[in-house]
Amino acid sequence: MSEIVLNIDGKEVAASAGMTVLQAAQQADIHIPTLCHHEKLEAYGGCRLCIVEVEARGRKSYVVSCLYPVEPGIVVRTRSEKVDKIRKVLVEELMAHAPDAPELVRLAEEYGADRHRFDKETSFCVLCGLCVRYCDEVKHKNAVGFIENGAVREISFIPEIAAKECWSCQECFTLCPTSYAQAAYLLTEALAFPGRREAHSHAHAHATPEPERRVIPITPVAATA
Amino acid sequence: MTMLKLNSAAELEALRAKILAGRDPAKPCIAVCAGAACDGMDSAAVACAFLAEVGRQQLGERLELRTTGCHGYCERGPNVVVTPGEICYFEVAPADVPEIVAATLRGEVVERLVYHDPASGAKAVHMNEVPFYKHQTRLLIGDNPKIDPMKIDDYLAVGGYAALIKALTEMTPDQVLDEVKRANLRGRGGGGFPAGSKWETTRNAPEKIKYVIVNGHEGESAAFMDRAMLTGNPHKVLEGLIIGAYAIGAQRGFMYTRHDMPLLEKHVRNALAQAKEYGLLGENILGSGFSLEVELHFDVGIFVSGESSALMRSIEGNAPEPRPKYVRTSVSGIWDKPSNLNNVETWANVPQIISRGAEWFTSIGSEKSRGTKLISLSGNVVNSGVVEVPMGTPLRTLVFDIGGGVRDGKTLKAIHFGGAMGGSIPARLIDAPLDFDGMSKLGAPIGAGGLLLMDEDTDMVEVARYLMDFLTKESCGKCVPCREGMQQMLQTLTRLTEGRGRQGDLELLEDLVEVTGLGSLCALGKTSGDPLKSMFRYFRPEYEARISNQAANQAADQAAAGSGDTK
Repeated sequence: MSEIVLNIDGKEVAASAGMTVLQAAQQADIHIPTLCHHEKLEAYGGCRLCIVEVEARGRKSYVVSCLYPVEPGIVVRTRSEKVDKIRKVLVEELMAHAPDAPELVRLAEEYGADRHRFDKETSFCVLCGLCVRYCDEVKHKNAVGFIENGAVREISFIPEIAAKECWSCQECFTLCPTSYAQAAYLLTEALAFPGRREAHSHAHAHATPEPERRVIPITPVAATA
Repeated sequence: MTMLKLNSAAELEALRAKILAGRDPAKPCIAVCAGAACDGMDSAAVACAFLAEVGRQQLGERLELRTTGCHGYCERGPNVVVTPGEICYFEVAPADVPEIVAATLRGEVVERLVYHDPASGAKAVHMNEVPFYKHQTRLLIGDNPKIDPMKIDDYLAVGGYAALIKALTEMTPDQVLDEVKRANLRGRGGGGFPAGSKWETTRNAPEKIKYVIVNGHEGESAAFMDRAMLTGNPHKVLEGLIIGAYAIGAQRGFMYTRHDMPLLEKHVRNALAQAKEYGLLGENILGSGFSLEVELHFDVGIFVSGESSALMRSIEGNAPEPRPKYVRTSVSGIWDKPSNLNNVETWANVPQIISRGAEWFTSIGSEKSRGTKLISLSGNVVNSGVVEVPMGTPLRTLVFDIGGGVRDGKTLKAIHFGGAMGGSIPARLIDAPLDFDGMSKLGAPIGAGGLLLMDEDTDMVEVARYLMDFLTKESCGKCVPCREGMQQMLQTLTRLTEGRGRQGDLELLEDLVEVTGLGSLCALGKTSGDPLKSMFRYFRPEYEARISNQAANQAADQAAAGSGDTK
């Protein structure tokens, strides 16, 4: 892999061809906020919080660093007035749905976002897609998916698959920045296949205990200093 | 008629000669438009009446009948054109049919059915005298009245596939590419990106497997010219695609269109089958050694399917969600292979560029926008329809000479271009030329070519709300700025139209326009604020009035309520 040198926030950073700007920055300990990114998953580019300013061939543009490939000689700015403004408004938009999500609260503080700027529509889900994509790309189960589009888009557990797969997995719960994935699952369970707890205690009273909840760390939430 | 595969250019020319020999140009032909608008006005009943009349009088030897694609003058349909002479009859009803047949046989004209000027009453009999047509340059759409879209022979009779022969037998792929580049053919889908450069990128991409795609999705609101083109003359678009595939070195092509246009589907399916049967598609086309397979694909009923990267995801069999284009689709598109996508009208321009040459093409239009442009004319206009004019034509010609001005004697307020992601300009800019760059600078980019006229009664706040409502429903919902930003813009605009505006709403809208524009993943979100930008540029006082009036009213209401309480 060929070495590529680019400039991030005034620092010369070495990266390999095929890497994204986000990866190059992380490697150089330069923090870029993300919400929908997870290193085990294909880059998604949904939350847009990792947006940065890139100057390439004399042209300035705003790109999401989780998808933008490194190029020799490009100049990246991870903070600027415009970048900060974009992040601030994005956080404000998401806080209309999940005003108390810890990551959003942290980001709001950092970017001066007003959590009350937009009328509340507390759906709790920010549609980062971590649960959907993790279930698809890592677990290959597709027990949870997106339904609808645009402003009415939501995640939905598919009862037939969820009834079989979810209780013994639950890995997406801890990926969720708002805990909505867990709530959505439990609602699905209550509506579509209630009685799991009872069935479980009867059938498996002496067999396998309930699985321990495996915790998948969300990366790179790496706390800001 | 059974047809054998044509193995060479000579065989195709021999077939063309045979078709033409069997046609007498002096024999009257009655062409009934079956385009979307005429079809909606039951032109099928008119066509059936002609068929019945010809059958009843056994006139098959003396009269041709043809059902065609869109003629253009949708406002006055059902349209009937009689050749020779291109006599135009408008608003034809089945009851008019015997009279038209009788007059045609006598070489006469049914005066009451021809065009009458609404003001002076002056008659216009022939197509080139009718105001709607006479100011147009119908290079692309002009063949529509001469062609039954289900018959490849009709296309061959007007010189169809001659450009393909020229490309395959007289030109190398590089020469074809060079011709298109020199013609400076710019993409008609909205961006105005030079098609030749795009072709070249795909051609030069290292992967050997390459694809060519016709974007026939046409989701732009108030745009219906691509449908008229592709439904009315599918072979012209296909010929352009085959020539492009040859230049690019693609082995496979896709025609991507909407699932909800049955006539278009029927015509395109039929055209692909006929082209395959004649050996114009498939292995070793006309013995040239060049091979191409073309498939038809449909959307799933969502606007963003027409966005190039979403369209390609859709062809792959995935949900039509856009992908960021930091690597261009011309380098990495369908299944990560180089994929060249152009819209229907762009492909339709290719055959004439090859036949008549880049010099001829660049002699038409304005300096940076060459050729003609198809425009869908609608809104508060007298003559709605599909129009084709040279680039650079002043909007005044489109609106007044062709369009006949504003309906019901009202005054023109604004001209809107480019659908829900376009922009509105005030009537005073009516002399601006139709030009990609010029119109973009004015804030009303041509887009795909939907031109909407708005009269004096139009509420510009409501226009923005309406367009935003459309886009909000069409967003895929993947990225935050598009999904959330548009929703917030819609809510703010709705408040304004409902009399619940707040101080700071305009600044809020400006913030949202900026962030949604900079932050969104694809063109839908990026340009969703464009109508609002044009509103703020030209119609800001209307927005300000809403805020100040509303704020004042609300304050007054509250004061009144407050004083009531104290009593």
